[in-house]
Amino acid sequence: MFQIDCPWCGPRDQSEFAYAGEGGIKRPEDPSALTDAEWADYLFMRQNPRGRHHEQWRHVHGCGQFFDVVRQTVTYRIESVDLPGRPALANASGEVR
Amino acid sequence: MRQTQRLEHGGRIDRSRTIKFTFNGREYTGHPGDTLASALLANGVSIVGRSFKYHRPRGIVGAGPEEPNAIVQVGSGALTRPDQRATQVELFDGLEASTAARLGFDPMGVNNTFSRMLPAGFYYKTFKWPAKYWPNYEKRIRQAAGLGHAPTEADPDRYDHMNAHCDVLVVGGGPAGLAAALRAGRAGARVLLADENAELGGALLSERVQESTRIDGRSYRDWIDTTSAELAAMDNVRVLTRTTAFGNYDHNFLGLMEDKADYRGGPAEGEVRHRLWRVRARRTVLATGALERPLVFGNNDRPGIMTVSAVATYLNRYGVCPGWRAVIFTNNDSAYRTALDLKAAGRDVAAVVDVRCKPSSALVDAAREAGIPIHDSSAIIRARGSRRVKSVQIARVKYGQLTGDYETIACDLVASSGGWSPVVHLHCHIGSKPAWDDVAACFLPGPDNPGQCSAGAVTGQFSLRDALVQGFEQGGAVASELGFEPGDDKAPSAPTPGDVLPIEPFWLAPSERPLSRGPKQFVDYQNDTTAADIALAVREGYESVEHVKRYTAMGFGTDQGKLGNINGMAILAWLLDQSIAETGTTTFRPAYTPISFGAVAGRTADHLFDPIRKTAMHDWHVANGAFFEDVGQWKRPWYYRRVGESMQQAIDRECHATRNSVGVLDASTLGKIEVHGADANRFLDMIYTGGRLKMKTGTCRYGLMLHEDGMIFDDGVTAKLGENHYYLTTTTGGAAGALNWLEQWHQTEWPDMDVFFTSVTDQWATIAVNGPKSRDVLQALCDDIDFERDAFPFMTFRDGTVAGVSARVFRISFTGELAFEINVDANYGRHVWDAVMAAGEPYGITPYGTETMHVLRAEKGFIVAGQDTDGSVTPMDMGMHWAIGKKKTDFIGMRSLSRSDIVAEGRKQYVGLKPRDGQIVLPEGAQLVDDPQAELPMPMIGHVSSSYYSDTLGHAFALAVVKNGRSRHGEIIYSPQPDGTVIAAEITDPVFYDREGARQYV
Amino acid sequence: MKNRYSIFSLARNALSHHEKWDRAWRSPEPQPAYDVIIIGAGGHGLATAYYLAKEHGITNVAVVEKGWLGGGNTARNTTIVRSNYLYDESAHLFEKSLKLWEGLSQELNYNVMFSQRGVYNLGHTLQEMRDIHRRVNANRLNGIDSEVVDARQIKQEVPIINTSPDARYPILGASLQRRAGTARHDGVAWGYARAADARGVDIIENCEVTNILRDGGRVTGVETTRGTIKAKKVGIVVAGHSGVLADMAGFRLPVESHPLQALVSEPVKPVLDTVIMSNAVHGYISQSDKGELVIGAGIDSYNGYGQRGSFNIIEETIAAIKEMFPMFSRMRMLRHWGGIVDTTPDATPIIGKTPVDNLFINCGWGTGGFKATPGSGWVFAHTLATGEPHPINAPFSLDRYTTGYLVDEHGAAGVAH
Repeated sequence: MFQIDCPWCGPRDQSEFAYAGEGGIKRPEDPSALTDAEWADYLFMRQNPRGRHHEQWRHVHGCGQFFDVVRQTVTYRIESVDLPGRPALANASGEVR
Repeated sequence: MRQTQRLEHGGRIDRSRTIKFTFNGREYTGHPGDTLASALLANGVSIVGRSFKYHRPRGIVGAGPEEPNAIVQVGSGALTRPDQRATQVELFDGLEASTAARLGFDPMGVNNTFSRMLPAGFYYKTFKWPAKYWPNYEKRIRQAAGLGHAPTEADPDRYDHMNAHCDVLVVGGGPAGLAAALRAGRAGARVLLADENAELGGALLSERVQESTRIDGRSYRDWIDTTSAELAAMDNVRVLTRTTAFGNYDHNFLGLMEDKADYRGGPAEGEVRHRLWRVRARRTVLATGALERPLVFGNNDRPGIMTVSAVATYLNRYGVCPGWRAVIFTNNDSAYRTALDLKAAGRDVAAVVDVRCKPSSALVDAAREAGIPIHDSSAIIRARGSRRVKSVQIARVKYGQLTGDYETIACDLVASSGGWSPVVHLHCHIGSKPAWDDVAACFLPGPDNPGQCSAGAVTGQFSLRDALVQGFEQGGAVASELGFEPGDDKAPSAPTPGDVLPIEPFWLAPSERPLSRGPKQFVDYQNDTTAADIALAVREGYESVEHVKRYTAMGFGTDQGKLGNINGMAILAWLLDQSIAETGTTTFRPAYTPISFGAVAGRTADHLFDPIRKTAMHDWHVANGAFFEDVGQWKRPWYYRRVGESMQQAIDRECHATRNSVGVLDASTLGKIEVHGADANRFLDMIYTGGRLKMKTGTCRYGLMLHEDGMIFDDGVTAKLGENHYYLTTTTGGAAGALNWLEQWHQTEWPDMDVFFTSVTDQWATIAVNGPKSRDVLQALCDDIDFERDAFPFMTFRDGTVAGVSARVFRISFTGELAFEINVDANYGRHVWDAVMAAGEPYGITPYGTETMHVLRAEKGFIVAGQDTDGSVTPMDMGMHWAIGKKKTDFIGMRSLSRSDIVAEGRKQYVGLKPRDGQIVLPEGAQLVDDPQAELPMPMIGHVSSSYYSDTLGHAFALAVVKNGRSRHGEIIYSPQPDGTVIAAEITDPVFYDREGARQYV
Repeated sequence: MKNRYSIFSLARNALSHHEKWDRAWRSPEPQPAYDVIIIGAGGHGLATAYYLAKEHGITNVAVVEKGWLGGGNTARNTTIVRSNYLYDESAHLFEKSLKLWEGLSQELNYNVMFSQRGVYNLGHTLQEMRDIHRRVNANRLNGIDSEVVDARQIKQEVPIINTSPDARYPILGASLQRRAGTARHDGVAWGYARAADARGVDIIENCEVTNILRDGGRVTGVETTRGTIKAKKVGIVVAGHSGVLADMAGFRLPVESHPLQALVSEPVKPVLDTVIMSNAVHGYISQSDKGELVIGAGIDSYNGYGQRGSFNIIEETIAAIKEMFPMFSRMRMLRHWGGIVDTTPDATPIIGKTPVDNLFINCGWGTGGFKATPGSGWVFAHTLATGEPHPINAPFSLDRYTTGYLVDEHGAAGVAH
């Protein structure tokens, strides 16, 4: 059971949050310009790493905000949280608060 | 029966009171402070169960959570508790305990005679022929398995959850845990200390009270009492006894299970039985101690054979000696302390059988001086006796081989100690692997989990002195990490132990005969797993420790291998000629000891299982005969049945009233979202298939939402309330999902857009007045809105006052009739509803529920998202091309609509169906075929999603999706039914009533 | 098969104190090259190897496994077997599997304890009942036994279930597949391993694949912790780690790996003779032959390879079980654990070709892989042997995500487990 450090509200129990899938996926600017395969890649293909994962959570039973999390998918350690679209992948400290 | 085995003195029991209990119907007595196990032993009961495969008689082996044999059913009826360990059941007056097995003559004992036919995994090799007999075989197997009986009545007891946060959670109230809690508590940290026992003290409770054993100059008892008192006096410390930390979860979340009532026979009225503590700790100190391993030898399961520590516990904590003449079998020093305890209790210690060569140490020498015969370099080879151990055969051993000197020693009690296994369970619950330590001959916790550390015997520090120091230091260290300042007070001190002779690992006593032919050497008592079974598994190639576990069932019992697993793994390592470290352990999983389902569910039961949402008019519906339908969490009126009516008659009446006069629906449950912001129109234009850029204030539009894969997921109405201000409705069940959808796109994809969303579902009550007389009803209630056709056109709204209440009235229709939806502050919902009913009375206004709503909308071909769509249909599939903005270049899901298989021929398309026999209603969910005579598997071309009898049309009709259905209007298709009949129906346009759509414009 | 298992061989071996049993499977060293390498010795991988040998005569096969055979989801599931899926494509695949289950103990000469005790999928709302009717009708026309039962019939056959109309989500009815049931999960892996081994397949445990070797867009073998092994064809069958292997081979999958949890109670005498599944109050339950209540939970929402999930899922699941069986409130949870499931966007597996020639994949079974073990192995063996999918698995291609031909078993189909 995780404790997630909401960037707006501080550390809260996982049960207050909803997982919102892989983070950092940008919707194509002009979908009509894409081939079916390129569109499928955006729609369905996922990183799903065994290790460091850039993902999104929503503090659904709190402030309602979506935010980015970098989390280890084996140890479940959370490395960092940040506002959407700019996860602190580079300066992840590994510290569990 | 008298308590023949009760000592005259000693123990933590209250001898001033005698309490009665029954075991398998016989009455016995004990004292407060006893466990069921100690009381049974006090009464000389030696057989407490039978093993489940061989039906061998079994006695009490342990004194705590490791007990595999004494598994009893406590109580009866709705309050019965199956599978209780007698060693952890506190005695209370009137306790009734029983066993599933017959303890006297047991006809199934024949299994022991034929045990050679029942080796590990025998069931994989047989019961296959003839195949059709398997259910019979299985029935027998199932009847033989299982320990107790599940209750068959609903549980009347209550349970709850407690969320707790603390700076330091200390698990275990033994010497290390007490010292840790003391230090952290004194430093000012908020401490939670949990221990599974009724009182603090841990292993100290099992120590003999004597002059030489003192902490800080006090007797153990004294020290425990003073320490408990000091902890209790600190406001920042909470002590929970009878509370087991059962699970360690990520990010320092631990589950504790507190027994609040079982120990005294159950909760009183209004009390809680069990409480589940959900603890989020900043730091955790695991001071979980160690469990003693027995030694493995022939017939080591005979009643009267126990662990040394269990004997010590019964002697010193409960004042019970389980036998008169003991033989102690050991590979380490700790057993000698108990030998001396037995001697001090006036019992005969016939021998200490020590596998070590010429042992000498402080304890060994003390035993020798006390006149206890010590057989060194020796082992018990086998026990004799059937219903109780009568003697043991010992022999000299060297390097695990027998070297002769057989001797038989008469006894009625055998206590064995194979050393101590730290309770690393909690440490390992979150993925950490334990590490084998050759010197201590045990698995120790691996690297600390984040925010957690260990102290005391769990770390392999088996001396009291070291455990106290380590606990104290860890308590101080974690407090410092959190910014508290522990004082410079000293750790509680115990005398330096005398010299200790190291343990000599010893896993399996040699036998005169090969492993598979000698007397059974049990590793897991509850599952009847023997050393020979492990050898068989290895012989057959099941070599991984997990394979062995699964093939032999070792460790699958209710003790989860606490007693036998380490022995089993070591024997496996020996058989494979590899190290124990290489062999490894099976995975430690929660729960450390079993926890009740009731506690895990907590208050989430019955009507609190899920919140119930009711509209402001709910009570009116109840009072007026409504039957309800669950839609999401809402209770929606389904239909209103009058006395003497069938459901169909009620529906017909409701439909008739609405089509011909006026009906009213409580539509409050529809999701409602307000959208504000300068970019609201741009944003909504992306969310909906239809255009939102050119909407005029005061108008409404129907809207479809697609997922990015192009499939319909929700629909509703968009109203433009003002510049930069919109109001959306969603389906009842889809409201939360739709709001989440909007938020996600806004926050993660277009955060720069100026747009905000507010759920207003609960703020508004919505009353949908439908039918040709709806205008008359509204006019009677409202004089500041002009309801005339052209003044208040279809698909617009007006603000005004209805029944004296400020309201927003939409002219939208889900029935195809002239209709108005009145929205008012939910607090006035009932008032306005009553006013509408009164104003409609001259017209016979009729409330209708969801069923009539469905009939009416289906007659018009209107879809219900989630019923007529199932997440696999596009707007084109549903014939809703009109809902897609012609000039739009992008919206969510648009690109997916041009994928090759989405534009391909042969997709299922939305149609109407008119059964050939208009009185037959096609069942919803019916499948459709072209050729009902075709062989199975029969090609299916579609299915019925909505189907009703229409009083208005005078016949049944349905909505469906059918392959290429739009080009097949007029054709006949068939629906084979489970009863063998076939219903024929004509494919039609999905709009059955008022196809030109005139009625809603009147 | 030498060393056949029967009551007679058991008696014969009893006379020699079981000292003469042969190994159920060998423990061979890897050869330098094979015709086919199957990565992953779970139930699906072992079944694939068995059917390759039996149906296609291809026996120069290695199954390489990073841990112990049958140690992934095969060892961690709740053992439910059924075939009452909604869509034709799924129904045909799972029914093929169920038919193979029905003779499996005899075919493998290993008792997998397939127990056709029936499976009920409960409906608690009108919409769920519509979906149940739709699925049952589809099943029947696909030749799959399936029926709709009402609450009264459920109560008759499962007297301890709570069918009170006053329940928070009353049970309105259910679909019932009587041929469905449970099986002994470990036994399935062991039975296939033994039977494949007997036909010459090398099962190589403790052999982790570290790279997939390719030459010009064609697979040539694998690198492992036990050396390089060449192969003409390679099949990936590694539920839980499909994305990791795909990454080694340089292609992407529409797969996310999630924890899926399950739990058992302490064992009690027989109290529940069938399998009950509910989507609305999410939980499913049966009683094992050992007497434990075996309970499956909902999936954890986040990606995770930790083989453990979050405790709130356990709480929700047990609350659901208590709703259906209020007497089980006094039962106790003995153990809970987690596996890793590979989910796809349409809750339907991927079985077929990959962008790399001669490299095939079988993955994405989500929460429902165990029941498919025989059928999955059977169609994947065909795919590996012929280089082309069997008509049964043709719809489960990877490129359906591009064309949009999804077999979406979400929602209406009652996909859970």
